Amino acid sequence: MAHGSSTTPEDDFVITPTRPGEEKGSWSSVIQDLLFTVDHKKLGLMYIGSGLIFFVIAGLMAAAIRLQLAIPNAHFLEPDVFNRFFTMHGTAMVFLVGMPIIFGMANYLVPLMVGARDMAFPRLNAFGFWMFFFSAWFLYFSYFAGPGLYNAGSAPDVGWFAYSPLTSKAFSRGHSSDYWTLALLASGVGSIATAINIIVTTISLRCKGMTLGRMPLFVWTFLVVAFLVIIAIPPLSACQIMLLLDRYLGAKFFDTQAGGSAVLWQHFFWIFGHPEVYILILPGFAAMNEIVPVFSRKPIFGYPIMVGANVMIAFISLGVWAHHMFTVGMTSLGNSFFAISTMLVAVPTGIKIFNWIGTMYGGKIRFELPMLFCIAFLFQFLIAGLTGVMLSVAPFDWQLSDSYFVVAHFHYVLIGGLLFTIFATIYFWYPKCFGRMLSHKLGMWHFWLFTIGFHVTFFPQHISGFLGMPRRIYTYEAGRGWEIWNMMSSLGVILQAAGILIFVWNLIYSYRKGKIAGDDPWDAWTLEWATTSPPPDYNFEKTPEVRSRRPLWDLKHPDDPDWKYE
Amino acid sequence: MLAALAWFAPTISTLAANDPIRPIANMFDPLGTPAKMIHDSSILVSIICLVIFIVVTAMLVYVVIKFPSKGAEDEKKEPPQVYGSSQIELAWTVIPILITIVLILVTTRTIGEIQDKKLPNEALRVRVIGHQWWWELEYLKQDGVDKDGKPVWKRDFITANELHIPVSDRNSTRPTQLILESVDVIHSYWVPQLNGKTDVVPNRTNHMWLDPWETGTYLGNCAEYCGTQHANMLIRVIVQTPEDFEKWCAAQRASVVEPPVGDALAVAGKKDYFANSCVSCHSIAGTVSRGVEGGVFGPDLTHFASRASFASGMAPITLDNIRDWLRDPHHLKPGVLMPNMQLTDTEVDQIAAYLMTLK
Repeated sequence: MAHGSSTTPEDDFVITPTRPGEEKGSWSSVIQDLLFTVDHKKLGLMYIGSGLIFFVIAGLMAAAIRLQLAIPNAHFLEPDVFNRFFTMHGTAMVFLVGMPIIFGMANYLVPLMVGARDMAFPRLNAFGFWMFFFSAWFLYFSYFAGPGLYNAGSAPDVGWFAYSPLTSKAFSRGHSSDYWTLALLASGVGSIATAINIIVTTISLRCKGMTLGRMPLFVWTFLVVAFLVIIAIPPLSACQIMLLLDRYLGAKFFDTQAGGSAVLWQHFFWIFGHPEVYILILPGFAAMNEIVPVFSRKPIFGYPIMVGANVMIAFISLGVWAHHMFTVGMTSLGNSFFAISTMLVAVPTGIKIFNWIGTMYGGKIRFELPMLFCIAFLFQFLIAGLTGVMLSVAPFDWQLSDSYFVVAHFHYVLIGGLLFTIFATIYFWYPKCFGRMLSHKLGMWHFWLFTIGFHVTFFPQHISGFLGMPRRIYTYEAGRGWEIWNMMSSLGVILQAAGILIFVWNLIYSYRKGKIAGDDPWDAWTLEWATTSPPPDYNFEKTPEVRSRRPLWDLKHPDDPDWKYE
Repeated sequence: MLAALAWFAPTISTLAANDPIRPIANMFDPLGTPAKMIHDSSILVSIICLVIFIVVTAMLVYVVIKFPSKGAEDEKKEPPQVYGSSQIELAWTVIPILITIVLILVTTRTIGEIQDKKLPNEALRVRVIGHQWWWELEYLKQDGVDKDGKPVWKRDFITANELHIPVSDRNSTRPTQLILESVDVIHSYWVPQLNGKTDVVPNRTNHMWLDPWETGTYLGNCAEYCGTQHANMLIRVIVQTPEDFEKWCAAQRASVVEPPVGDALAVAGKKDYFANSCVSCHSIAGTVSRGVEGGVFGPDLTHFASRASFASGMAPITLDNIRDWLRDPHHLKPGVLMPNMQLTDTEVDQIAAYLMTLK
């Protein structure tokens, strides 16, 4: 359906599995194709591909940060350079890695899973991608502005949370805060466009027979994510606009020197920032919902309650933002309210974890790579969830907030949770996207190196938090009991980096040399496996018809189809 | 190789000889009342979380060990297709809710006990004012009562960075109330063994209280990112016996002594100090050095040499360290707001000698 042609695909196309870029051969035609495409699959892969590039850049910054913190009183990075690195690391990982990769997952898979030919608004889809892409490079361009690369340019140095009044003209001279604000403001526009697209696609483009109750949980979860994006991004955009008014038109929203409020920014930011956490982790749940059943050979346990849990998590996540602010001096009543609402999130999250274990129970578990990453996810997300409960206890949080314990906690959420499911997603759906399997042997190296490296890096940070080590410090004095934990943390990064290197090599190597996958290599049940690998431009030769939650199961088991039980 | 990266290595500076230093700020080793309250509820929460962790991990390990596929032949026969179970799902909804209710009760009680604590009138009051990147400490004393019978507080004396407070027994009637304010950006005051952190927010007054049981020097850090030197905005709390504390207070109230006439270096240093723009940022009580508009831009230097460390705890006060600092503050603390004054070597020696007389 390139360029929105409305002719019926049966007349115009011959089905030949092709890879993006292979049709015409030359580089310039590939680039032209990528520049002008409105195809959801190409845009999806472009999102994921650029996300991976920014992941490597932000990961190198993390490695530099860990090198600086390996020993006390190190002078590898100047304080200003360090502060720019941790700001850009956080900003990039959230906005340039997490968000685009999940949008890429949604873009590629949602239309296929609901049996549609493309997203509802293909051109809006391309617009969303390019907004993200250009704002990302705009943000990185800040490294070349101002005092230039050597002194790390005008890159943002106010933290990814950009608390006022550190961002006001008085304390943030030059343009670093402007780069931060403008880049994220622009990419927010793209995110909202994409979210609207996902909602409209799932609401109106589902194929015949796919009621909301038969929609794959993956799609359900992304529907919830898309609503969260639409609710969460505007408060961020609003406060960013207020900040620009402060900085350029002399408004005083956040300028405490002129009577503005320092805490106002925090409310706006976390009304965005907390749902953002769920925007990032729910896609992880989405992948779990598809991968765990396939490799356990059983349907998902408790489909309706899984949908309910998603919606509940989304609702509660909108009312807990101030648990990031237990230390700003709220009243005891305020602190209690936000502590309670935060603890309640544990209930639906617990339901999800138990239901995945319930899905595996009594199954025949195949330990293929996607499943290995999912099992690691379960273990790590359990730790992340429990440290989250600890942080929700406001008095405990008075000790732990802004300490390395928090760093450990959210890296367990975002790496141990999101990134592991992103890996699972890539290992699971790569055969669909490129028609070839990823190498199992390289994948095993990636899995073990990265998993071990991840725990060696982040587990000790819980302990340095207990020992009073604050986050966002570029150096620390000797003798505070932090040396050994920081050294361990820094060594773990080497293992993680080795794992990532093997993973990237696997992506490239398997594209040329991988085993031919076939249409349905995992013996799965959702619609995307009913078409060729990779899928043709128009996705399905014939729009499928669905009678249950597992349409391909019904096809493979005509004697015992799922719809008998609905 | 890494050691080569370290060219300046400040270590924790020793303070008064009879005060044991407690370099490890372990929150699970509380030595004060509010920290102990936090500790008790934290232990309970940690145990609950640990039990959940063990149970769920055991479930996960069990299914992983118990239900692996035995190869392609085995997979041809699909396992029983179970779609869910209302009873089981209800069970793992209700049990977490019950656990959550326990957590809610513990949490709200501890929040109330700490935040809503009424401090006695005799409590010591100290205003802690956050600056980029040091702490101004203003000790208050009661100055009569207003017409509603509420005590009126006014300045007793000012010092910087090192907070001295009296120790109390466990039924103390003299805790310390910190009144937290900031003149620039958000900071956060955190001494893990004495209490959790409370943010220090411009245009806002926050409160926290300390009630330590043992004497000694407690270490902490600014916990909210506040710019270039956030890392070196260190906190030192020196807990003393009530007698030692009163002695220290008396010394702080005393006016500065002129450098002895025989000490030519220090006398010349005083002249240099007042001839340079040191006076526009730093105060020395009883002199014209009052800072711009009487405000305090840099740390108060009145009894500078009686402190153990300077640069918000980064370096012990020694003649060599002060000389290094005066020659180029950015060498020790890159990004610090004190500019390099381009002092000559003679000036550096003289001013350092003068500062050392400010006991």
